[in-house]
Amino acid sequence: MSFLTRIAPALLAATFLASPVLADDQHFPLQSYRVGPYAAGGTGFFGGFIDYMTLINTRDGGVNGVKLTWSEGETEYEVEKGVEVYQRLKSNPGIAAWNPLSVGIAYAMIDGVTADKTPLITINHGRTDTTDGRVFPYVFPLLLNPYSETSGIVNYIASKEGGPEALKGKKIAVLYHGSPYGKETIPIYELLAQKYGFDLVQIEVPHPGNEQGAQWLQIRREKPDYVVLRGWGVMNPVALTTAQRNGFPVDRIIGNVWSNSEEDVRPAGDAAIGYTAITTQASGNQYPVLQEIIKTVYDAGKGNLSDPARIGSVYHNLGIVNGILNVEAVRIAQARFGNRTLTGDEVRWGFEHLQLSPERVKELGAENLFRSINVTYDNHEGEGYVTFQQWDGQKWNVVSDWIAPDWALLRPIIEKSSEAYAKEKGLPIRSAADADAAVSN
Amino acid sequence: MAWFELLFAAEVALGGLLSGVMYALVAIGFVLIYKTSGVLNFAQGSMVLFAALTFVSLVERGVPFWGAVAATLAVMTALGFAIERTVLRPLANRSPMTLFMATLGLSYVIEGAAQLIWGTQVHRLDLGISNAPFQVWGLYLSTFDLVAAGIAAAMVAALTAFFRFTHTGLAFRAVADDQFAALAVGLRLGRIWGTVWTAAGVVALVAGLLWGARLGVQFSLSLIVLKALPVLVLGGFDSILGAIVAGLVIGATEKLAEVYIGPFFGGGIEGWFAYAVALVVLLLRPSGLFGQKIVERY
Repeated sequence: MSFLTRIAPALLAATFLASPVLADDQHFPLQSYRVGPYAAGGTGFFGGFIDYMTLINTRDGGVNGVKLTWSEGETEYEVEKGVEVYQRLKSNPGIAAWNPLSVGIAYAMIDGVTADKTPLITINHGRTDTTDGRVFPYVFPLLLNPYSETSGIVNYIASKEGGPEALKGKKIAVLYHGSPYGKETIPIYELLAQKYGFDLVQIEVPHPGNEQGAQWLQIRREKPDYVVLRGWGVMNPVALTTAQRNGFPVDRIIGNVWSNSEEDVRPAGDAAIGYTAITTQASGNQYPVLQEIIKTVYDAGKGNLSDPARIGSVYHNLGIVNGILNVEAVRIAQARFGNRTLTGDEVRWGFEHLQLSPERVKELGAENLFRSINVTYDNHEGEGYVTFQQWDGQKWNVVSDWIAPDWALLRPIIEKSSEAYAKEKGLPIRSAADADAAVSN
Repeated sequence: MAWFELLFAAEVALGGLLSGVMYALVAIGFVLIYKTSGVLNFAQGSMVLFAALTFVSLVERGVPFWGAVAATLAVMTALGFAIERTVLRPLANRSPMTLFMATLGLSYVIEGAAQLIWGTQVHRLDLGISNAPFQVWGLYLSTFDLVAAGIAAAMVAALTAFFRFTHTGLAFRAVADDQFAALAVGLRLGRIWGTVWTAAGVVALVAGLLWGARLGVQFSLSLIVLKALPVLVLGGFDSILGAIVAGLVIGATEKLAEVYIGPFFGGGIEGWFAYAVALVVLLLRPSGLFGQKIVERY
């Protein structure tokens, strides 16, 4: 691969990259990050999303004949740049949805997208109470919000110990990133510790997390049965190498959804072998949709990843799943509103009816890549199932069945938070009829 | 129980000392440039990233370890002289703030160039030094930490000897004392600045290899400057010995503070605690513990 070929995506995205935006296309503005500290995740995720849209355009001629287009603006994962890109691209015609893959940028856009009536997708992340679509009509933390992630991890540990009752008397340490993202799950771990009777220690690692000696000495003193790693970026490999230096067994460390990529484990070398992490989408390229992308997109020289070895990596597959969910929301909305370019509010309706059973997921060529989703007007997460994968030094291997978080336990807490937000902002609480009526106007 | 607590406190302090050595490795690069040109080189972190990324990218392309070291040294030398020619020389005799801002801009240019040339992927760097722990009197130690400490000690000794006993080192000190006087006695300022930036590049390579082996070689390497700044304030910007002593003090202090004071603040204090220590030192002793006191007449 030539030098120029390799750097071309970074060069182009660093300035501005777009496919032509036509009024009769369905458009996705992308606040991507291909340079900067989180570029590895950004290139994988946005690469996967674009690869899936390219597949739909190339193989199917678009969604029911409506071509998908996209524009990229570089954010370097910085909130102010993300907002600037939003302001710059929001006048493009036919915008279907925003997908920034950044908690900070998403927070900054909530008021804007609500005013624009355009969906904001925060797959696997974002503000937890946006799950409540009654209060946040345009925000969709699809598949997994932070509270469900927490519940899924505790359920997995319980399954390893022989059931929830076996958690009583165990000790779990949570090592979290010193940021709003890292702190978001503190009360949920406390709630679950009370419910199941396990001892809990929560330890903060200051950003960026490139030095964790003190934290792991505290962990050694506490002697927990498990450590949950709620990290981000460089914090993850440093946690694994520091755990090794302190003699903590790696197979007792469970990573969260932002500590589960190849980029998190490879730098840690043998310290990461045996490490387990949660995910909503399996890695690997054996799934039919991945094989189609390789055949139709990469073999034709249209792939977005500069390094084809990354096809099927965690972030790439997350981007592909994100692409499936966006495209299917458009398809569902088209079934009601017609096979044409839809407005943002019509696509919002599509997301609020995004119900993909395991059978439909199989039809889409994604069986076992992810399980299912069941979004409604009031549940914008959509009951995503999780699975756990273990690193063997070369690749991730799935080591659990699909596990359901304890949604019933979490829902009242989410509603309490969202209703408080609605009260503070003077927002109405939507009903199903409101959600349906809004788009008709 | 008391014995266990004592042992634990000793372990926290020891861990901090070993971390401090790593901070000092970065700080020494700053000191080298400040000592000879009075410039606080904000681009030192970017140079660490650039050196490590160049090295690991060459190794991944099949270049043998020592070949990659030699090639990276050549690249850092070229970079040092290029910086002297294109940035420092046109800005000669400008205020320290102007030069500082120039290095701030330089840091972004180097970071961007590093990613443009070598890509944005995270790389594993295996130096073949074990990270596995072993116990000495109940304390956990790792070979990696001890090797890093040895390398830092050797570097301090070598640089101290260099500045004291070699012709070039003496020339560096002359330029640091008075640039105009140095020029008047025939020293070539451009060459000396180029050489000292090269030396800072060598230090960046060593720091980049050790930090890269610990963190992985990735963009975040450039953020390790945040760990070096309080070390510089405490030790003095122009003292190599000060960098190593302050590194040890900062490392041990921040770890002890995290463990014993952190719980009163909800944890996660070590990031800012080192800066609080530096602030106190600034108030009491503006030139740091080992820095040269500057007396100016107006």
